[in-house]
Amino acid sequence: MTDDAIFQLNGVSVQFGPQAVLRGIDLAIDRRQTVAVIGESGCGKTVLLKLIVGLLKPTLGEVKFEGAPLNSLTEKQLAKLRLRVGFLFQQAALFDSLTVFDNVAFGPRAKGGMPAAEIDKRVRERIEEVGLPEAAATKMPMELSGGMRKRVGLARALALDPEVILYDEPTTGLDPIMTDVINELILHTRSSRPVTSVIVTHEMRTVRKVADRVVMLYPLSRLGPDEPQIIYDGPTDGLATSDDSRVREFVAGEAHDRSND
Amino acid sequence: MATASQPVQAGDEGLPIRGPLATMSFGLGDGSLFALRAARGAIGRAFSGRELLRVCSEVGVGSLPVVAITGMFIGMVLAVQAYSQFRNVGLETSLGAFIHMSVVRELGPVLAAVMLAGRVGSAMAAELATMRVTEQIDALACLGVDPVKYLVAPRFLACLLMIPLLTVFADLTGLVGSTLICLHVYGIDAHHYWQHSRSFVGLWDVGVGLVKAFVFGGVISIIACHRGFNSKPGAAGVGRAATEAFVISFVAIIVIDFVLAMFSNTLHDVLFAGAPTKVV
Repeated sequence: MTDDAIFQLNGVSVQFGPQAVLRGIDLAIDRRQTVAVIGESGCGKTVLLKLIVGLLKPTLGEVKFEGAPLNSLTEKQLAKLRLRVGFLFQQAALFDSLTVFDNVAFGPRAKGGMPAAEIDKRVRERIEEVGLPEAAATKMPMELSGGMRKRVGLARALALDPEVILYDEPTTGLDPIMTDVINELILHTRSSRPVTSVIVTHEMRTVRKVADRVVMLYPLSRLGPDEPQIIYDGPTDGLATSDDSRVREFVAGEAHDRSND
Repeated sequence: MATASQPVQAGDEGLPIRGPLATMSFGLGDGSLFALRAARGAIGRAFSGRELLRVCSEVGVGSLPVVAITGMFIGMVLAVQAYSQFRNVGLETSLGAFIHMSVVRELGPVLAAVMLAGRVGSAMAAELATMRVTEQIDALACLGVDPVKYLVAPRFLACLLMIPLLTVFADLTGLVGSTLICLHVYGIDAHHYWQHSRSFVGLWDVGVGLVKAFVFGGVISIIACHRGFNSKPGAAGVGRAATEAFVISFVAIIVIDFVLAMFSNTLHDVLFAGAPTKVV
């Protein structure tokens, strides 16, 4: 771990009943890094993301934020920490009963201490920043397309000027053009703010475009008892030439004959 | 078990002691902590007034027609079923006292609560379960908001306020229904009908009914919200949460009704020892 690590996972394992999802994860994420977490469906990528922000607790091990273990924090301290983290959920998780404007304004209003005029200005800036027209502000989430919902989710995540942004499969379910729009937004967000970004994705286009470091997880069900679950942790351009055939196959998008696994 | 902004302790589903009794005990404990959190949120007003008004309107105004029908038909059925028995012993003028007592103390609160557990409780559970599976509850937590205080507290408060009022409405429509049948179908003398009713049904009975309604309101909201928050993923999980909310609420209402009935009778005897059984 470097002194600049903002998040650190030490020996983290997660098990839901009899189902083990993560095992012995050691991972440190430095400030200002853009880390892509990749892997097959069901390998625990989203679980990893939720551990970072304390939405899940590990069965074993600990998660630290700026050196402080999350399980030592009180509810108030955890809530305060979360205000420094923006989370873009897989389906955007917009609040159905609120308009786009109220969704984006939710965080600043809940935090308090900001005049209504300033909240109004900030919300309009974020909506514009994610490329949505002003008219979208009065729409309800159900009236939006998938791409628009993701953009509103990103605007909401950015509304409190977070230091860390977590993206859970930001381009899943979107067409190639919208995928590129979201990728560009992620790049713009990274370049316009001093943020640490963790992006869970299985889309290699997104990885190649936005990440400077890649962590690849492998499903526990196909690992031996002593094999590490992180099978790659390095720069993006090292993926295609990795010594591990599983990494190369994933990157190349090749289906592997698992009949002998 | 997840309770809102409290992170899920991975592995909670694997209890060290298994079996239905262990599961029930765990659920009861978890539900109690959940209720405490909701109560703290209600006291601390950790939600918007607009949200409270919205839920009150949904619970209260939205339930008026079904509660009216329930109450009215309960009163009418009681009159129809009991009339011949009372007439055989020449006590048909006392029919009003019997029906009104039953409605005010028992059937009004219990049947209104069961109806509302189905209408309001299931809807709450389904709504919160949908929010759980679409990660809206997680999103609330990520925005620094306690989801239990923000979502559950207004629903808890709304049910505490509205369900007693709806019960009073059910009682009134029950009285209207039974009176219609007794006076206009069976031709019972109105003067004696109301005189006997006033003799037997007093403030104590009304109070007992209201206390029951108040308790039922709190229980329905907590059970419904707890089931919603702990929903399993997918459409099946949402459906199951709604069903469980109703079934658990129904059982809780029946059991609590029995306990409160025993308690209120004992308390009446203690407070009014030596006095006539019914206070005018």
